[in-house]
Amino acid sequence: MSIATEREAQAPDDIPPAITGRWSSLAKEVLGTPRVVVGLVIIGALVLMAWIGPLFSPWEFDERDFFAFRSPPSAEHWFGTNTTGRDVFHMTMVGLQRSIVIGLCAAVATTVVAAIVGAFAGYYLGPTDRVLMWITDLFLVLPQFLILAILYPVLRGSEWPVFVILLAGLMWMVTAKMVRGMTISLKEREYVLAARYMGVSSGRIILRHILPNMSSLLIVDITINVSGAIILETALSYFGFGVQPPDVTLGSLIAEGSRQALAFPWTFWFCTGLLILLVLAVNLVGDGLRDALDPHSRRRS
Amino acid sequence: MAKFLIRRLLSSLILVFLASSLAYLLAATTLSPRSNFEQQQPPLSAEAIERELDHLNLNDRTPLAERYATWLSGVVVGDFGQTITDQSVNEHIARKAGVTLRLIVVGAVIGATLGVAVGAYSAVRQYRAFDRASTVVAFFLLAVPTIVIAVVLQVTAVWINDVTGRQLLEYGGEYTANLDAGFWGTLADRVQHAILPTLTLVLSLFAAFSRYQRNMMLDVLASDFVRTAMAKGLTRRAALFKHALRTAMIPTITYFTFTFGILIANATFTEKVFGWHGMGAWVVDSIVTNDVNAVAAVTCFMAVCVMAASFLSDVLYAWLDPRVRVS
Repeated sequence: MSIATEREAQAPDDIPPAITGRWSSLAKEVLGTPRVVVGLVIIGALVLMAWIGPLFSPWEFDERDFFAFRSPPSAEHWFGTNTTGRDVFHMTMVGLQRSIVIGLCAAVATTVVAAIVGAFAGYYLGPTDRVLMWITDLFLVLPQFLILAILYPVLRGSEWPVFVILLAGLMWMVTAKMVRGMTISLKEREYVLAARYMGVSSGRIILRHILPNMSSLLIVDITINVSGAIILETALSYFGFGVQPPDVTLGSLIAEGSRQALAFPWTFWFCTGLLILLVLAVNLVGDGLRDALDPHSRRRS
Repeated sequence: MAKFLIRRLLSSLILVFLASSLAYLLAATTLSPRSNFEQQQPPLSAEAIERELDHLNLNDRTPLAERYATWLSGVVVGDFGQTITDQSVNEHIARKAGVTLRLIVVGAVIGATLGVAVGAYSAVRQYRAFDRASTVVAFFLLAVPTIVIAVVLQVTAVWINDVTGRQLLEYGGEYTANLDAGFWGTLADRVQHAILPTLTLVLSLFAAFSRYQRNMMLDVLASDFVRTAMAKGLTRRAALFKHALRTAMIPTITYFTFTFGILIANATFTEKVFGWHGMGAWVVDSIVTNDVNAVAAVTCFMAVCVMAASFLSDVLYAWLDPRVRVS
């Protein structure tokens, strides 16, 4: 995206402006919204910190300092140490990495599922629609948190990617309903009708003509789902139904820290602060994107 | 309209039934009640374990279909079976459902009302100080998981109590045990205990609703019918309340149905953190203790709550939107 904008900015003035493509005009919109830029900068900083930070830390991830149990932040342990003498800074950074990756993957997977279910239901209508919407309603009735918790004994031994798939499997419903609504209105547009009369197959129409035309909705949705996934993961980890040790996420660190938040505040406040900052930044980007991409909401906030 | 609502009610009943069946089947396949009895001290003989499991309809050697049929035949007549400690699930529900319902209803009413009011007002005062402040607060609250809100409130309560030297805010349990203070004393005690858990629910709901209502209200404020209403001589207040707010609340009502599931999950976290013995705390405990029947019963309860909320929002929708009533 940034390469496209740079190229545009460097274009000499005397050449008539080329018709801007979807992506470069999108980039221009996005970079013109201060909230999005602020959010992206914070996210970028957090990503850098999460992946580069541990390299500077003098302690290893699972190394224990037997001379400093529960010691407050110092030059040696930047975020202090926990009950077993592990370096909180290093653990927090690793947890931040995991939370970012889980949030991103789960959000993308959620949106893909939602787009496919919603678009097929809205395009075919009739029995397909009824069956798909019944399944959607059924999933909406079941609290996601509960299902994930019930499935926990099966999950116990598995790695975090399984967890991501499950998160996605339980978060797609609301978006699917939105996509379905938009598909119903899009399928009567001239370009879709033209494609259909030319004999393009239904599957291809959905993937090539309908979904790309709601890409702005889908992009916004991915951002919203990132924060949703991170928050759901935190809740699950708090009850021990989330990612299993020795793997850590911000959620499991918060869970551990919250039990001693008063006596040893550093085990709680650092990971909590980073989590709030991360979700806040993602929400800022999502909210800004929605305003930038939705022509009806130009005058908001 | 009545016909539409009856049809909705029927399809909700089927959905509740399917959801609880699904939860039962999932729980029956993933949880292992057998391990509970095998680890008991003093150890039980193999036959005793089998007998106990058969008695509770939890034996994993019985085919799943048969266990499901037994469970279902009980549920149809309103009996959710026994818990893993051989107590009636129904009695537990009777005791715990009220706790959760009280928390959810009070939290939802206060949170949604506050959110709608603040959201609508900040749309009217767009870009003024009130709008900016409420936007910042809502954005911040949206970024904080409910679990964290609950824990932070608890920590703050401990700190406040320490500083003031009095037990101003209670943060554990639903009431003081063996309190003998008459009707008003008991009521005050309950309110004192309920402040923090309710506040937890209210804060997260308020943030979501105020953002949503603000956006909806902004859309409506710019529309022609509000201008017409003022042009025909209505006062600004009347135009805003009777025309703008009423219309802008219609999408919010739909939004309420979607957030209700989240609200129930939040109630679970809140109960667990503040030590309330409600349905939410119970389900977390029963998953840990492999209590299949209890898990299925709580899922059924939550599904009924979600459906009731969506039914309520249909009724409210019809009340706010005359077009639905007429057709």
